[in-house]
Amino acid sequence: MTASPTVRSELLRQRSRSARLFLLPMILALAVVAGWPLLRTIYFSFTDASLTNIDAAKWVGFKNYLSWIQLKSGRTIYSGLLVDPAWWNAVWNTVRFSVISVALEAVFGMIIALVLNAEFKGRGIVRAAILIPWAIPTIVSARMWGWMMNDQFGILNDLFMRVGLIDHPIAWTASSDTAMIAVLIVDVWKTTPFMALLILAGLQMIPGDIYEAARIDGVHPVKQFFRITLPLVKPALMVAIIFRLLDAMRIFDLIYVLTPNSAQTKTMSVLARENLIDFDKFAYGSAQSTLLFLVIALMTMLAIWIGRVKLDGGER
Amino acid sequence: MPMSIIKNTAFYALVAVIVVCAVFPFYYAIITSFRTGSAIFTIEYWPTSFSVANYVNVIASGSFARNLLNSIIVSACVVTLSLLMAVTAAFALSRVRFRGRSLLLLTILSVSMFPQIAVLAGLFEVIRLLGLYNTLGGLVFSYMIFTLPFTVWVLTTFMRDLPVEIEEAAIVDGATPWVIITRVFLPLMWPALVTTGLLAFIAAWNEFLFALTFTSSTETRTVPVTIALFTGSSAHEVPWGIVMAASVIVTVPLVVLVLIFQRKIISGLTAGGVKG
Repeated sequence: MTASPTVRSELLRQRSRSARLFLLPMILALAVVAGWPLLRTIYFSFTDASLTNIDAAKWVGFKNYLSWIQLKSGRTIYSGLLVDPAWWNAVWNTVRFSVISVALEAVFGMIIALVLNAEFKGRGIVRAAILIPWAIPTIVSARMWGWMMNDQFGILNDLFMRVGLIDHPIAWTASSDTAMIAVLIVDVWKTTPFMALLILAGLQMIPGDIYEAARIDGVHPVKQFFRITLPLVKPALMVAIIFRLLDAMRIFDLIYVLTPNSAQTKTMSVLARENLIDFDKFAYGSAQSTLLFLVIALMTMLAIWIGRVKLDGGER
Repeated sequence: MPMSIIKNTAFYALVAVIVVCAVFPFYYAIITSFRTGSAIFTIEYWPTSFSVANYVNVIASGSFARNLLNSIIVSACVVTLSLLMAVTAAFALSRVRFRGRSLLLLTILSVSMFPQIAVLAGLFEVIRLLGLYNTLGGLVFSYMIFTLPFTVWVLTTFMRDLPVEIEEAAIVDGATPWVIITRVFLPLMWPALVTTGLLAFIAAWNEFLFALTFTSSTETRTVPVTIALFTGSSAHEVPWGIVMAASVIVTVPLVVLVLIFQRKIISGLTAGGVKG
């Protein structure tokens, strides 16, 4: 190009000017729909706002989180979110659900990805089949499984009794012992395909000649998996696990539809919405939303930090 | 070689288990939707009766047809709006150097990690303030929070991989950035636009929390809310046949789309994930 420096810099200036203009709608939209509402939620958590009277919200400090009064007898009574057993129950449910579901999805996802990575007749059919659970809306899968897990007419009880796994019908979604298992079954069924596809993308980046060399050296396939496949696919696997963990922490719709009113499956999102909308404890629900946000933000930062540290270490 | 026969059989048994587990619930929903009356309460593994009564019921009764239309309108508007904003934003983020670019990209990525519940209270206030409560516009507006970061991110990674040369001729000719986007990039971007548009459509079609919270009348609901709130005369009498028929109606278009575009969708999903 023979453009003189002044013409070039003029072009560059024009470019960055229009870049700003091009970014503006997107930034504005995200500010109005994400940034501002997040700040307002945090603000509401420090007020006494109620659903019917949001405008009259008054600042109350940390009262929704923790407050105490000292009785004349010298005893102190604490109240607020941080000493609320319902909240800690929801935290425990969320953590339990996230860790178990993502662990199971990683194992099953790895198995499916290994199968899809092999050459065999009918691979296309398998790939199409595993996309079906992913394509089905969560609400629909909750309803479908709710019907299959019906205590009287459900096919799951029938199947398990025929096989001999159980000797009497189970009320999967209603019984407090099995409600969490029911939620886990549906979530693993629905999201394992996503995990499998992410792991498969990682597997496909491993060059084939490594396996060729290992085969010639007579390395046992199990050893191949643990010594070659797993270390090489680890970055992709970690990204998939982190994505899924962050996603699992905010689960709402599956539990709302499959096991409503079950204390064993009530997660932070479900509890927060209940307080915000159904119980008219708008400020209290905002405090719960804020804490959930903080937990997820912390986890995200930790994930990014771990990722960066590993990246530098790998390059050196 | 009996060893390899055993191995092969075991492998194909595993394949069969995977396929059956993946497909069976949807298959069972379909055969249930074609049964009526007491036939629904006998457990059958194969289709034994064929009646479209549930489908006629679900479309004729209540507001299901209206809700279906709502879902189509909302999802189509969400896709159009987010693609419009994302194409121009992705151009700026991928082809122009400016200060704070990586910070902006990081912010966009972290917005897609937001738990929806964290903005629910604030968004509720904004939507009421704008007079969008219980309208389809309110849903389109709020859905931007999850479709926009995703479409911007995927389109940015796609545009970044395009060679510089394609722009050079246009720049030498003195074309404005707007002309470059519409004449040079858009024709090359159709595959990426189809993929991200489809993924955004699916996300909007399936959304539940906002649709449940920001609508109050049956006429403004979208189908996931309708299906979730279907109840019979009493809480214990769920009309399973009708629920299954509605579920099949809502799901079949998605499954067909996904199967047609499966390669594109897989590459879009992994681009959104792995490159994060």
